[in-house]
Amino acid sequence: MSLRSPLGRARGLGSAKSGTDHWWAQRLTALALIPLVIWFVVSMIMVTGADHDAALAFIGSPINAVLLLLLIVAVFWHGQLGLQVVIEDYVHTKWLKVALIIVVKGAAIFLGVASVYAVIAIALGG
Amino acid sequence: MATDNRPLSPHLQVYRPQLTSVMSILHRITGIALAAGTLLLFWWLIAAATGPTAFDAVQSFIGSLVGRILLFGWSFALYYHLCNGIRHLVWDTGHGFEIRTAYASGWLVIVAASVLTIISWIGGYAALGGI
Repeated sequence: MSLRSPLGRARGLGSAKSGTDHWWAQRLTALALIPLVIWFVVSMIMVTGADHDAALAFIGSPINAVLLLLLIVAVFWHGQLGLQVVIEDYVHTKWLKVALIIVVKGAAIFLGVASVYAVIAIALGG
Repeated sequence: MATDNRPLSPHLQVYRPQLTSVMSILHRITGIALAAGTLLLFWWLIAAATGPTAFDAVQSFIGSLVGRILLFGWSFALYYHLCNGIRHLVWDTGHGFEIRTAYASGWLVIVAASVLTIISWIGGYAALGGI
């Protein structure tokens, strides 16, 4: 006999109330970041010391721009998920914990959107 | 509920560091460092979009001694977190938990991250036109 309510069983989210969404998103972004990061470091090594024109040419080429956008989204998504777990593990003062998580998520959104904008502006020749 | 006085597990003062536990906390530390490193990616992209003057500023920061030291740390952190992250993904499939395997994969991660860091810096200096 299960002690869980029919609704709880249907939702399948368990006592944490959020199921495995967080864990799963962290794994999927990690998987996506394996090829993206390898491409990124190889690219960055090749553009070491590049001047402004060379950097614009690199960022603005269609394939690089798309891969950069994917990298930015995956990096900031993965990063804020990870920092959230670190905060939840070590910060036990409730208001501080919530405040730090809001700051981390807000910063990730700001930095991510700004980075995406920069790539698109360069790619479209803005 | 008096939960404040509960002992931490593992009890850090009496717990002897092992390769596996040190690598575990290093995964977190490198993750936090890399999150801070995204600021450089952000700065680099925004500067490139802004113009030559802003871009020269970020490039000269990266080229400075402090910039190179930071970048060296970030490059090792990136390779460590990448390789150890793959180790974690393998664990997520339920494989590699035997003590011997966990230690072997741990050493493999350390060697791989170190070698990749060194190769990358040789490549970077080669791209600059000489070591």
